[in-house]
Amino acid sequence: MKVTKAVRRLAALLAPVMLLLAGCTDNMAVLDPKGPIAAQQRDLMIISTILCCIVVVPVLLLTAFIVWRYRDREGRKAAYTPRWEHSFKLEAIWWGIPIVIILILAVITVKGTYALEPSKPLESAQKPLTVQVTSLNWKWLFQYPEQGIATVNELKIPQGVPVRFEITADSPMNSFWIPQLGGQMYAMSGMAMTLYLQADEAGEYWGSGANFTGTHFSSMYFDVESTTQTEFDQWVKEVQAKSPALTSEGYKQLAQPSTEQKLTFSSFPEGLFERTVTKYASGHHHSPQLKEQEPADSKTPKPASHSGHSAEEHQ
Amino acid sequence: MRENVKSFASEFFVTGDPLIYGADVSIGLTLIAVVAGMTYFKKWNWLWREWLTTVDHKKIGIMYILSAFLMLFRGGVDALLMRTQLAMPELSFLEPDHYNQIFTTHGVIMILFMAMPFMFGLFNVMVPLQIGARDVAFPFLNSLSFWLFFAGAMLFNLSFVIGGSPDAGWLAYPPYSELMYNPGVGQDFYIWGIQISGIGSLMTGINFIVTILKMRAPGMRLMKMPMFPWSVLSSCIAIIFSFPILTATLALLFLDRYAGAHFFTLDGGGNPMMYINLIWMWGHPEVYIIVLPAFGIFSEIVSTFSKKKLFGYKSMVYAMMIISVLSFLVWAHHFFTMGSGADVNAFFALTTMLIAIPTGVKVFNWLFTMFRGKITFETPMLWTIGFIPCFVTGGLTGVLLSVAPADFQFHNSYFLIAHFHHVIIGGVVFGYFAGLYYWWPKLFGFKLNERIGKWAFWFWNIGFYLCFMPQYALGLMGMTRRVVSYSWDKGWWEMNLVSTIGAALMGIAFLFQVWQIAHGVKHSAANRDTTGDPWNGRTLEWSIPSPAPYYNFAVLPNVSSQDEWWEEKQRMEQGGAAAQSQLYTGKLEPIHMPKNSAIPILMSACCFVAGFGFVFHWQWFIIAGISGLAICMLKHSFNHDTDYYIPVEEIRSSEASKGRWTV
Repeated sequence: MKVTKAVRRLAALLAPVMLLLAGCTDNMAVLDPKGPIAAQQRDLMIISTILCCIVVVPVLLLTAFIVWRYRDREGRKAAYTPRWEHSFKLEAIWWGIPIVIILILAVITVKGTYALEPSKPLESAQKPLTVQVTSLNWKWLFQYPEQGIATVNELKIPQGVPVRFEITADSPMNSFWIPQLGGQMYAMSGMAMTLYLQADEAGEYWGSGANFTGTHFSSMYFDVESTTQTEFDQWVKEVQAKSPALTSEGYKQLAQPSTEQKLTFSSFPEGLFERTVTKYASGHHHSPQLKEQEPADSKTPKPASHSGHSAEEHQ
Repeated sequence: MRENVKSFASEFFVTGDPLIYGADVSIGLTLIAVVAGMTYFKKWNWLWREWLTTVDHKKIGIMYILSAFLMLFRGGVDALLMRTQLAMPELSFLEPDHYNQIFTTHGVIMILFMAMPFMFGLFNVMVPLQIGARDVAFPFLNSLSFWLFFAGAMLFNLSFVIGGSPDAGWLAYPPYSELMYNPGVGQDFYIWGIQISGIGSLMTGINFIVTILKMRAPGMRLMKMPMFPWSVLSSCIAIIFSFPILTATLALLFLDRYAGAHFFTLDGGGNPMMYINLIWMWGHPEVYIIVLPAFGIFSEIVSTFSKKKLFGYKSMVYAMMIISVLSFLVWAHHFFTMGSGADVNAFFALTTMLIAIPTGVKVFNWLFTMFRGKITFETPMLWTIGFIPCFVTGGLTGVLLSVAPADFQFHNSYFLIAHFHHVIIGGVVFGYFAGLYYWWPKLFGFKLNERIGKWAFWFWNIGFYLCFMPQYALGLMGMTRRVVSYSWDKGWWEMNLVSTIGAALMGIAFLFQVWQIAHGVKHSAANRDTTGDPWNGRTLEWSIPSPAPYYNFAVLPNVSSQDEWWEEKQRMEQGGAAAQSQLYTGKLEPIHMPKNSAIPILMSACCFVAGFGFVFHWQWFIIAGISGLAICMLKHSFNHDTDYYIPVEEIRSSEASKGRWTV
């Protein structure tokens, strides 16, 4: 009787929280994976939650029970043992149970860590598509070296094909994240990080910059669309035919701090991504390109410098 | 000339934001009111003699806690501003740059200028009383530690109105915190504010380790020490190993910014990753530094209000020491997503999970202290009981974050934000509140109103869950930290609105606490604690009058068990009228005490001046500050008049006034 009362109290406490959580699962990108990596990460979350709950739920119930039963009041029948301070058996149990659970979780985690190492190619019959990602202040540049095209703030990928992202930054470090496709990877100057993701089905998703990079960091969302291979190829052809080229000068302007709409480019300067990476990694000399950079602090982004792009905006 | 002054002033002072002008005015008015009030009531001399130059650990502790409350207010206002901005999509209540400054100062202030001084305050007021000592090992150093913290905190807060606040996040990751992206003075305020107070923290760590190891009462072997000093010891061990890393890291960042070095820059062979590793080598132990003492406080309270011995004393000690050591082996879990590779990630995931074991053990031991106890629900105990479910669920999400491959989806999202607020508010803040309510009568000699305290407790708790549970959901929806606004189409607004309401409730809870203290002060005469032992306590601090006399113990206690005061009360009860105290058997003797000193506050003022000079590159300020520092040190080195003895008569009359040692 007393136990059920305690349980009911606890349930009453937790109910609003549960309702809140239940009310919005349809919107939870991370729990609604559209690719193999995100799906495995979701499974790991669920398994580890269940494992933790083996300890946590009894502890919560026990807390409610103990606090209720052993409260001080007149006519109480529960035992009172003021000097009882040690029990080897009991303590062995609660050193033991967490150890066992952590051991199980550790095995799962280590396996998962190796299985989901972001630079590990996905098993697939399809040849992976390479996309080179550059975080700029405050926009994303995507280069498709095999197709020779580039886009800004818009990522198109074919469904069911592994995508090999090579990620760097020509800005403070950011983090490249498409929640429905899988976990994030930092975008850092002087390094090209590798991340494999894949979209299993056609659809529209979004990605973001997950690490703070200054004033307009919050504008660094980008659209992700996965389409059939045919549609993708057609889109590539269209971009190659209709969009302007990204020149070295154009890139320099693009790299200036500003926010940006979606753009597409039919081509980009050969080796642009590699140069972006190596100009920071070049060691003990002061790169001239770097010196030219304006500090990101300027409160007003410089839309003026982008007038050249306005005609190139993809619509 | 006029133009020059004008342009200097517009650079020097933060301009253009009505919020800041409002703050300028209120700061100015408060200052004028304080100065006028002090002068009118002729309190300057009293303030200088009794407080600013004191070396009494209890007064220093009170000043720490008072500062922490002020900073809690400032950090809390920051939090409310942020939550207001995020309440609905696409609001422009705050400009992005202003928002970036606010989340930065919120983090820095809450961890370094709220949690740390609150913790040091509790160390100061209680450790000597609990171990039966008359002061800390190094009272002068203790005063210096406090004033260095205070100077650092003031320097950091000054950036709000002069020069501009830092905006690179609470850990100031380069390259964003480097000159290249962040040329303003805000980042320099950050470096020097933390640097100056950090040196104070390190000295406090040393001070309390020595105090605990060398100054315990006769008979109090380490394994007979109450749990709070144990937690302080484990925390201070982490302090002395981690704070030097912070100091070195910030010094290197300073050299980058001031002298054009290239430790963490993108060019010239610098490596930002180095900074990120170093700062977390300090930063992760730091969170255990602040939470371990809270564990100690909960242990004291749970035992007192269950009227039962603490369950599993040895386990508790080992658990804290294991946590203290493990806290140094987990730092890379803050950047699983930076491409360290599977080997490194697996290692740090495992060490992180290991911490869950001793922490879980502690929770079980608290539960079984209550098991077969007689639990009463005074405010300190309420906070302790509120802490358990909060910390357990916060711990659960912590374990989820430690699963490295899944962390790629949690990292930098609101899931993470919810987690660390869950454990830091639920663990640290609840713990310090519990401690403050518990020890308040000992500190000030009167009890606080329980009813208002319970209102505060419930507002805090309900507000807390409303604020942070939705943030877990927001994290899973893909909302990342530090975004200033979000669009309608993301579907995040409901959760954000609920979260903001929760934050507002916590704001109201804080007002209840302020009211409770004001009410307590006003009615202090009616609620005076004449027994010295208002909660039926178990440890030495309750065996002396409230508030504790300046020499703490008229004679040093003889300790033979963990709950010596409780055992003494049992003995007296059983022995009846003929019972003899076994705790205080000595005779009154002259007590050796440290003398007040003005040097700590002067040294800290010099540090402030030098720090200000470093921020603005004003060489004369730097020279003046450093020379002042050197003169103070010389002066102190040749000062041999640092101590005195309290004569027996004075002790006798002081004790007699409280009804003790009358025979």
